[in-house]
Amino acid sequence: MSEDLISINNLSKTYKNGLKALNNVSLNIKKGEILAMLGPNGAGKTTLISIICGIVTPSSGKVNVDGFDIINDYRQTRSKIGLVPQELTLENFETVFNNVSFTRGLYGKAPDPKYIETVLKKLSLWDKKDNILRQLSGGMKRRVLIAKALSHKPSILFLDEPTAGVDVELRKDMWKSVEALRESGVTIILTTHYIEEAEAIADRVAVINNGEIIVVDQKKDLLNKMGRKKLRIDLHEKTDTIPESLSKYDLELSGNKLSLTYSYDTQKQRTGITNLLQDIRDQGLKLKDLKTEESTLEKIFVTLVKENNEN
Amino acid sequence: MRINYYGFRAIYLHEMDRFRRTLLQSLISPVLSTSLYFIVFGSVIGNYVQNIDGISYGSYIVPGLIMLTLLTQSISNTSFGIFFPKFNGSLYEILAAPISTFEMVLAFVGAGATKTLIIGAVILATSNFFVEVSILHPLLMIFLLVLVAFTFALFGFLIGLLSSNFEQMSIIPTLVITPMVFLGGSLYSLDMLPPFWQMVTYFNPVVYLINGLRFAFYGASDFNIWISIASMIFFLVLCISVVAYVLKKGYTIKS
Repeated sequence: MSEDLISINNLSKTYKNGLKALNNVSLNIKKGEILAMLGPNGAGKTTLISIICGIVTPSSGKVNVDGFDIINDYRQTRSKIGLVPQELTLENFETVFNNVSFTRGLYGKAPDPKYIETVLKKLSLWDKKDNILRQLSGGMKRRVLIAKALSHKPSILFLDEPTAGVDVELRKDMWKSVEALRESGVTIILTTHYIEEAEAIADRVAVINNGEIIVVDQKKDLLNKMGRKKLRIDLHEKTDTIPESLSKYDLELSGNKLSLTYSYDTQKQRTGITNLLQDIRDQGLKLKDLKTEESTLEKIFVTLVKENNEN
Repeated sequence: MRINYYGFRAIYLHEMDRFRRTLLQSLISPVLSTSLYFIVFGSVIGNYVQNIDGISYGSYIVPGLIMLTLLTQSISNTSFGIFFPKFNGSLYEILAAPISTFEMVLAFVGAGATKTLIIGAVILATSNFFVEVSILHPLLMIFLLVLVAFTFALFGFLIGLLSSNFEQMSIIPTLVITPMVFLGGSLYSLDMLPPFWQMVTYFNPVVYLINGLRFAFYGASDFNIWISIASMIFFLVLCISVVAYVLKKGYTIKS
């Protein structure tokens, strides 16, 4: 998983209305990985995807897909890419089967009803193959969009908010499908508002804000580097103030005066927990319970965006 | 992949499938309205109008009515074909596909022209039920019909590209094309007009198209056939140039 499949260099996009959607973005995406792009609304995620797919023209910068330039070699690059857009944009008066077959044709592939059948069966759409699109629910339409994106066997799949408006059960089904695709060798780039989604399936995470990439890292490393843990110490009896000898631990006293919270860095060799517990005992405070809580990707994301906006 | 044949085929067949799905609106409606023209103008009024250039009035109006259908249908078919995916957002997949702009335009315009030619052929067949129709130069007729169908399908593509709502899309066919056809000698010979209005009519490009087709049918025309052919080719080149410019700029479909 070390070969770069997509390399984005100094990519910028300014729309005609003056909106600078991307500002000098550089990013490499590795073959076979799942990269999650996180960012608030209007951060530039969809613009970035749209440029790589050929829907939006970049103002400056270069993008290579598998060694091919997206402008000069657009046939080679686009034929490798499948796109699931954010909006449910479908030809509502066509049948599911024809819709999916149409996309396969657009990508230059000969008709293959057997393969379309396989894709529809995998996405539990086979029994709906003759239904016209407007008869389907939102969740089903979302699956049709995925089937269309897979109809030409792409090696790269872009999922732009794939589970927006999808119920929890279907969302988890989709995660399984995404994982299965990755196992079959497909490189997946997804944008999402659900940080839980990125946390569950991504290998790497890129945080984008105001058209710039703030951070790109392995999800685990990001959690380790930026993740802080909290230790909650429940006491048997109330304490009105934090004793002076414990001030060096920067503890927080809860509203009901019955618990202390200690934040520590998971990366440090010495977390200070042993000394803290010793000092608490020396102060005569009796421990009732201990609980630890880890920073989620969501908290990290909020922190990063907040820091970036302040800068 | 040097040429995306399957991409072209997908768009072409997709458009033709829409024609099949909306057969009532696409085929029966123009056939019915043209039949009404034949009944009212050809059979009822035509009985009171003397022969024009030695041709009965009912037969004389056949090329004009075919041209009216050809122009309005080729424009509406293709303008709707490109406008609808733009309107519902599904155009994204064509823009993201490995298909060239030329292949995309050719597929939409080819399908629009094919549909129009089918309708034109059905109307020609229908006219035989009402009046006597003879075709003096069949190959010239086919050439002119194909040329006009493609040219105006391309013009329709341009209208669909530039329109941002359904109302804008219907403005040119309703307010420009239909009056131009009616005032372009579809139902009369230019000799029947006073000299001033004859002069005005010379600025109406549709006059040359109708007269060209009438020459192919009956060998009778107010102009030399080459003027008609040249005006059609001029309009075709103009449409190709404007469509190429608009698509290069990405206007309304690509940011």
